[in-house]
Amino acid sequence: MKRKTKAAVKKIAGIIFCGLVYLFLFLPIAVIVTNSFNATTSKPYLTWRGFTFDWYVKLFDNNTLLTSFGVTIAIAVISTLLATAIGTLAAVGMYKYKFKGKGLIDGLLYIPVVIPEIVLGISLLTLFSNTHIPRGMLTLIFAHTTFSTPYVIFNVRARLAGYDQSIEEASMDLGANRIATFKNITLPVLAPGISGGALLAFTLSIDDVIVSYFTNGQVKTFPLKVMESIKSGVAPDVNALSTLILIGTILLVILTKSDLLKKIKALVKR
Amino acid sequence: MAFSKHNFRSNTLPAMTMAGPVTLWLAFFVAIPLIYVFIMSFCSIDEAYNVVFKFTTANYQRLFDPNYVQIYGTSLIVAFLTTAICIIIGYPFSFLIARTTSKYKALLYMLIIIPFWTNSLIRIYGWRTFLGTNGWLNTILTTLHITSEPVQFLFNRGATVLGMVYCLFPFMVLPLYTAIEKLDKSLLEASSDLGAKGPSTFIRVILPLTMSGIFSGSIMVFIPSLGYFFVADILGGGNSDVIGNLIERQFQSGNNWPLGAALSIILILITLLLVKLYQKAGGDMESLGV
Repeated sequence: MKRKTKAAVKKIAGIIFCGLVYLFLFLPIAVIVTNSFNATTSKPYLTWRGFTFDWYVKLFDNNTLLTSFGVTIAIAVISTLLATAIGTLAAVGMYKYKFKGKGLIDGLLYIPVVIPEIVLGISLLTLFSNTHIPRGMLTLIFAHTTFSTPYVIFNVRARLAGYDQSIEEASMDLGANRIATFKNITLPVLAPGISGGALLAFTLSIDDVIVSYFTNGQVKTFPLKVMESIKSGVAPDVNALSTLILIGTILLVILTKSDLLKKIKALVKR
Repeated sequence: MAFSKHNFRSNTLPAMTMAGPVTLWLAFFVAIPLIYVFIMSFCSIDEAYNVVFKFTTANYQRLFDPNYVQIYGTSLIVAFLTTAICIIIGYPFSFLIARTTSKYKALLYMLIIIPFWTNSLIRIYGWRTFLGTNGWLNTILTTLHITSEPVQFLFNRGATVLGMVYCLFPFMVLPLYTAIEKLDKSLLEASSDLGAKGPSTFIRVILPLTMSGIFSGSIMVFIPSLGYFFVADILGGGNSDVIGNLIERQFQSGNNWPLGAALSIILILITLLLVKLYQKAGGDMESLGV
């Protein structure tokens, strides 16, 4: 009996502890969502002046904010595609073949992962300024691809650890060439690692502040737009856009994780 | 293996086409930029703050400026506190989530990641709104008559540490979660069957087996916290700058790139030192990136 109560107390203490940690993680989000409904119109937009949906409407008139969001998505999509393409190729190539300098590539790969982002940011700034590459969309794409690629490679590698190469040999024995084998055999097996790496690359790209801060030129991504507005107080429409982005990503994950998508597809087919 | 045309076709060519793009990319966007930074740290600037390639060690001498040394100290203290708090809160938390038998386990895991889909700057600003003198917390405290006047929670070292913990917490929790989930339940049972009490099982069995998670989590928390200048800006308000703030200033308003480059070399050296320690302790580099 005593033992049972002890276990129950332990369990409740555990639940309370985890609850507090989640509260800590979600508290600023609650602030953001609440402030997106704040009717205040005067800077720094901190005093509560009643509930309104106005900011969600006004958001669609704020062209610079919407543009920054579009720029962020465009950079994230392009850099993710690039990182996924060269990262997947490299992971497979480094797994299959032995060649000189492999250790060196490995060493270089760890640098963007462990080095503080600010060092990567200023080193790229130095490169672009010394080689006279004008800073803007292009340099942002270069920079984001640089910090994303190692994560794609590590994720694909983790998948390759359990990969049986003999199925490739079987494919070639049956008359398929290298490219067809890569496309029809290697890629499908590696798909979970590739998509995991790509998701990580995309997440890192849309949230990046520090590296973008040094490589952007005149182009403002959404995080940089937020940074700029912090000095004068973040306007509720920025909160509104953040809320919409959060809802969007949650819906996306629910859709891809559940079989809801399959059901919809089946319905459409019918 | 003799070098022949056939061998070249069958191995070198595909290896080059597959690993070539990444090699070139890393050479141009990682190796060369770092070499530039190293060279620049020995350069001078002219009256118009332009970088001139005239060799000097002045930038390195300036690193010993007492004001800078004080900031390195603050930055290291912030990094230590952040890492320690992340371990103290993150370990029991990861343990409970990784070993729960609840059917909501997957959801609980997702809930750790979801906050990070909202931009980190705006979440840090959310903390400022919450803790500010007109913020939520002060409103609650004064309404409940716990304090008569608003308390200044912001713009000190504690606020900076809070922001760092907030930003870096998942980087501690995710490797810990992986390490704890891998624990073999039968080992724990064996330990208790052999008469070990809870604390002794923890120290002798669980802790050694999950040490790898603590190590990789610590690397992924400690190093970035030295550079997160925006957290120190927004929550610390200039009262608890980290090394990242020093570097940022030299490349933006201060406009002394060679000095900023020399300051970056400090961060690179700290990173190298910690990574070497990590590898000595048996840490796996790959587990830092997945």
